[in-house]
Amino acid sequence: MNKTLALTAAAAAVLAGCATYTPPTQEETMAVIRSSFQDRGIAKVDRLNQTELQRICSETGNDPPKDVRARLEKAALAAVKFPADGKWLGDHKQGERIAQTGVGMQWSDRADTVAGGNCYACHQLTKAEISYGNIGPSLLHYGKLRGSSDEIRRYTWAKLWNTNAFNACSSMPRFGDAGILTEEQIRHVMALLLDPESPVNK
Amino acid sequence: MRVTGNRAGRRHLALAAALALATAGAAAQEKDRTIEEIERYRQMLQDGNPAELLVVRGEELWKARRGPKNATLEQCDIGLGPGVVKGAYAQLPRHFADVDQVMDFEARLVHCMVTLQGFDRAALVKSPFSGAGQRPTDIEALTTFVVEQSRGFTIRVPQNHPKERAAHDRGKQLFYMRAGPYDFACSTCHGVDDQRIRLQDLPNFEKAAPAQRAFATWPAYRVSQGALRTMQWRINDCFRQQRWPEPVFISQGTIDLITFLGVKADGGKMDSPAIKR
Repeated sequence: MNKTLALTAAAAAVLAGCATYTPPTQEETMAVIRSSFQDRGIAKVDRLNQTELQRICSETGNDPPKDVRARLEKAALAAVKFPADGKWLGDHKQGERIAQTGVGMQWSDRADTVAGGNCYACHQLTKAEISYGNIGPSLLHYGKLRGSSDEIRRYTWAKLWNTNAFNACSSMPRFGDAGILTEEQIRHVMALLLDPESPVNK
Repeated sequence: MRVTGNRAGRRHLALAAALALATAGAAAQEKDRTIEEIERYRQMLQDGNPAELLVVRGEELWKARRGPKNATLEQCDIGLGPGVVKGAYAQLPRHFADVDQVMDFEARLVHCMVTLQGFDRAALVKSPFSGAGQRPTDIEALTTFVVEQSRGFTIRVPQNHPKERAAHDRGKQLFYMRAGPYDFACSTCHGVDDQRIRLQDLPNFEKAAPAQRAFATWPAYRVSQGALRTMQWRINDCFRQQRWPEPVFISQGTIDLITFLGVKADGGKMDSPAIKR
């Protein structure tokens, strides 16, 4: 009898334990996250303040509802800054260096560190470089396959500037929009992708 | 000393062999072969792990009378009761009733060094990680000793206490949170199968097998840095590359994230300290 009572009490306690668990709210979690990070070098805690795009992508598993996706893509495309002087392509050799370089915007970098694009971290680009990642699609023969029409130039520029213009919640950084690469650097990466003389197109 | 010399020699041989193989791979331009060769390089590394020396130093530190209270860490309760080290790391992070908090191993270690030995907390957490090629910190040595005592034990991060579940749930939200100038979340790299940065494989923490393999092999000796690296270091260096601000050492957020990863790795077998590139 006593044993039964004790067991019942224990079962009730377990049930109560389950029933009283309420998952932390979004706000509670954000408060814990904020208290768990600190400024270091150029990487300040204000980087935890999400943009609307970052918030929506985080909350929807990078798959926002169709209408939201369309709105985000439209806004991203509208904010793309195209080259004012109409000069699209720079030097593919400098583009290759930018594609190979991964520094920039980490707390281990300085404010005046010129950031790279680190394209090879995620993409295949040339036959010569076998150490490439696979998070993004292969870009080998990018220009050879697509040509270098005005449309392709505009598309490629916009894609580099803010990838969300065509694929909201893509994994790729907003190289122009977030100020990672300068306009001049984007011209060089454009040349790496589109110049027929670039090793990408050989 | 001779043992160390032989180890270093073998490491150089392994590196040279790996380089030669990598060069052969470049000529052949075969991606799969390159990956195979890197796998062989990793296998060769398993031969002699410098972390073994750190296990010895960690054990000495664990049993030494130290700090203002001149006490050892032998009565430190790391989850299975005071003095029980065997298998304890495989069940961390967990809730500790005495502080009513979820703690990972490194947080609990600092707690014991403060309460049992009387060390100053602020001094302990100021520089927990050694620089490349520098002498390992006490925290690194002690962690290496304790995690080695869990080799072969099943990873079972408990989810019984409400605070353990809350830690997991917050950790999950942190894992998927995109922020910073590069828009990266942990899941950007660690949420898809068979992804690589350059040639480095990235474990997908949404799947049990890769999550288990990754969780089981930290802490690890990193050959490229010549240093033993703990799980707190691993989390710290991920956020650096994510372009986030720095996670505070043993902060709640880092413990939450490690809890989430540990629950994903449930059922794996600890195999640490491992050796990595």
